[in-house]
Amino acid sequence: MGILHLSRTVYEAVRAHGEETYPDECCGALLGIPTPEGWRVEVAVRAGNTRTDSAHNRYQIAPLELVKIEREARGKGLGIAGFYHSHPDHPAQCSPTDLAEAHWLECSYVITAVAQGKAAVTNSFLLAGVSEEDKHFEQETIQVEE
Amino acid sequence: MTIFIPTPLRPHAGGQDAVEVSAATIAQALEALTHAHPGLRKHLFTAEGKLRAFVNLYLNDEDVRYLPAKEATAVTSADTLSIIPSIAGGLPPRQ
Repeated sequence: MGILHLSRTVYEAVRAHGEETYPDECCGALLGIPTPEGWRVEVAVRAGNTRTDSAHNRYQIAPLELVKIEREARGKGLGIAGFYHSHPDHPAQCSPTDLAEAHWLECSYVITAVAQGKAAVTNSFLLAGVSEEDKHFEQETIQVEE
Repeated sequence: MTIFIPTPLRPHAGGQDAVEVSAATIAQALEALTHAHPGLRKHLFTAEGKLRAFVNLYLNDEDVRYLPAKEATAVTSADTLSIIPSIAGGLPPRQ
């Protein structure tokens, strides 16, 4: 199983975001530095959920917002390591929709279950595979670094 | 012009986060990019040669889909093209 390294600040920020947007889903980008042991995430950037029509069970980040996030990340020497979102009153497992709409191969998708407004389990899944046709999620260990 | 390569496609672009190409239009820029890095082609285009539906292209801050000339839009060496796969997901409808 791979490892995703998150700073304590990032880990807490991702979970707090899920609590703040409850009962809607939150979403954002994870910026970090690639290392031989996997991504080391240094910053979590909040993004707006454009699925205001169904925010309790859908999330979508506007591509232009991501263009700007990536531009800023590049200026700091960081790259997009993955994304995070929350599952309000639902387990922190990938849904079929999560897989169908995931296209960032070899990036991490972090999901926090938010139960009755409180952050519960946080899991991370690597979008593995070599192409769109054989992509699949592989759970990875989250290592929180102080 | 400069084409910015998203994280998942960098292994197919020699590990680079940006590629410089000489082109007069967006379509020519993509052709130059995939000519230099053929491994990118299947990630950007369908077997029929159409841009994959989840691949977003931004010329500077403009969504190429909404430009009047779309991929035939003229570009200059000062322009940037960002390739951004879409980011979305969600839960099944509640019972």
